Amino acid sequence: MKESKQIKGSELFVKALIEEGVDTLFGYPGGQAIDLFDALYECKEVNVVLPRHEQALVHAADGYARSTGKVGVCLVTSGPGATNIVTGIATANYDSVPLVCFTGQVPTSLIGNDAFQEVDTMGICRSVCKYAVTVRKREDLGRIIKEAFYIARSGKPGPVVVDLPKDVQIGMGSADYPTEVNIRGYKPNEGVHVGQLKKAITLLKNAKKPVFLLGGGVNIARANDAMTELANRVGAPVVTTIMGKGDIPVDNKNYIGNVGIHGIYAANRAIAESDLLFSIGTRFNDRITGKTSEFAKNATIVHVDVDPAAISKNVRVDVPIVADAMVAINKLNEFTKDMSFDNTDWLKTVTDWKKSHPVTMEKRYGDRALTPQDIIETINKHYKNGVVLSTDVGQNQLWATQYFDVTSGRCLLTSGGLGTMGYGFPAIIGAKIGNPDTPCVCISGDGGAQMNIQELATAVTLEIPVVFCILNNSYLGNVRQWQEMFFKKRYSHTYLGYPRSESKHGKETASKDCPDYSPDFVKLAESYGAYGIRVKDSSEVLAAFKEADKHKDAPTVIEFLIDSDVNVYPMIPAGKSIEEVIMD
Amino acid sequence: MDNNTTKKRWISLFVENQIGCLARISGLFSSKSYNIDSITVGATDDPTVSRMTIGVTSDDMTYEQIKKQLNRSVEVIKVLDYTTIPIHMKELMFIKVNVPAEKDKTEVFRIAKVFGLKITDYDKSSILLESVDTENHNDDIIRLLSESFPNRLEVVRGGSVAIESISITDR
Repeated sequence: MKESKQIKGSELFVKALIEEGVDTLFGYPGGQAIDLFDALYECKEVNVVLPRHEQALVHAADGYARSTGKVGVCLVTSGPGATNIVTGIATANYDSVPLVCFTGQVPTSLIGNDAFQEVDTMGICRSVCKYAVTVRKREDLGRIIKEAFYIARSGKPGPVVVDLPKDVQIGMGSADYPTEVNIRGYKPNEGVHVGQLKKAITLLKNAKKPVFLLGGGVNIARANDAMTELANRVGAPVVTTIMGKGDIPVDNKNYIGNVGIHGIYAANRAIAESDLLFSIGTRFNDRITGKTSEFAKNATIVHVDVDPAAISKNVRVDVPIVADAMVAINKLNEFTKDMSFDNTDWLKTVTDWKKSHPVTMEKRYGDRALTPQDIIETINKHYKNGVVLSTDVGQNQLWATQYFDVTSGRCLLTSGGLGTMGYGFPAIIGAKIGNPDTPCVCISGDGGAQMNIQELATAVTLEIPVVFCILNNSYLGNVRQWQEMFFKKRYSHTYLGYPRSESKHGKETASKDCPDYSPDFVKLAESYGAYGIRVKDSSEVLAAFKEADKHKDAPTVIEFLIDSDVNVYPMIPAGKSIEEVIMD
Repeated sequence: MDNNTTKKRWISLFVENQIGCLARISGLFSSKSYNIDSITVGATDDPTVSRMTIGVTSDDMTYEQIKKQLNRSVEVIKVLDYTTIPIHMKELMFIKVNVPAEKDKTEVFRIAKVFGLKITDYDKSSILLESVDTENHNDDIIRLLSESFPNRLEVVRGGSVAIESISITDR
């Protein structure tokens, strides 16, 4: 074995990033990460992005990763730097986003001594990430970084936390970075059980009312084209979870809509009546199933998932298939290539339900009143040649997932599992960095917008021209909706305007030039050096997006003043079945 | 959920012998609300591998989830289900009995003889007993002694360790 050159841990860290093909790193310096940042100072291969808060930093890396399919890389300091990324890690973990998060740590000799800015990062992160590890010896550094990238991107992707004590960063050691990984406790499933797959195909062949239920797994595996081919051949209705929207293009004739609590009637009814539920890449979250005993009770369930632990966790599964969605769907295509299926009548039945129960918003206050539907449908029409859309969490997210048409070339980023407010804006900044030639738009509420609004500074200084749409209804609207429907209209602490002027909220406020609201989002945008536009009328929506398109040197904030009492429908109350759906 | 299948189960777990591994495994149980009856851990002949014996009481569905969740942990090398296969399992238990009276001492010695307990230590007022036996047998001993000597016992149990029996064909 050749005697290799001795380099510092921080230098090996940078070398590892380059070897892993990392072109962008989201970092925020601090005392225990200073050596790593020093090593990055002259590194030309890695573009270091400096957000203004560590939580936003992880969301930006997440948006970058989801929109590019690459691993998002984060670097923060110890203590508060590490605790601030926890929300972002949990967000990525829930939605299976590959991240590698490096955290600075006090020297190993001080660990456990309650040193300045010391926390047990590994202990804190352990339950919300795929894998967390502290590097305790300089000689382990290369191997552990190699393993971290492998674990993050393979199998069911997820965030990995690598805690780097100061002495490991400055310690001298081998310059070698391993080329291979062998982790004895981690062997992701790469094949598929052909016997199970054939059993599933036989069921599909014999089913009278088959339904494909697709989750985020198909998007993550980038199996969209293969899935579209399969759906076209089988001709069965395709319904998706929020994370699965876009698994097949929404303009495909087999596509029905989203299922679940705010899913469209036809999609939920199709599942209720189906005799075969062919599900791929979903974990049957409670937002999808409602009351589990009533869920798909007439159906035999086939479940394809890369994670064995997702199978039969929430619903009983008749035919479990552990496989990556791409591998499974390719095999399904191969085995069904010469088969013919006739689901025309069944598809027509479901499509008819879709026509008779459309998702649409009434114009309660006249034609000119601005509804979220107007905004999102304008986005659909305006960005014909592709767009990345991120959402925040709450009503804005539900409307976006209902109305946004995910066709090819479009991508939807949303915190589906954890439901993290403050996700949308930093995520779209990360997405734009990864996709500089694609328009990038964020849909947020006024509540979530304020949870990471400081990222305007990041986008302004780096000249990142994203469009940040704030749907301002002066409320934490989703909770307000629940209070209206299930808590006797007791709007406990969900109003974000001035408490004493609560009686003036809604219609009256929205008709003014500026809402009775703090902050004034337009002025705030301008103070950061961004552009600000306020839209109060449905006729102004398209012009606002056209105006935003002209701004190439900074982000544009568009504040849409919407009515406070617009709710998300249809809705199936928590724990209820499709029979109990509230249409409007 | 079907609770009719609730019963005692045993898992033998091979894990990486690293700082934090026990916390990871026990944390996995607590985060999913699975109750651990007992857990033991120790290094093996390979110093990089630790082995755990975990006892849980659960229904079939939960138990399947527990095994899957353990399997997907990066630190876990192997999960063996010992619930239905022939195994050897023993638990170490110490019982200190406070018995100043001579007739009580005689009774403790008698019990020790009958139940195969080792007298490990002894002085004027106390006897220290050691039992290496199954969990159920140790339960019985505690029950018997607490009936005879209420409030005069001090008990410490080590949790069970288990290993698969040598199969007949290998003998």
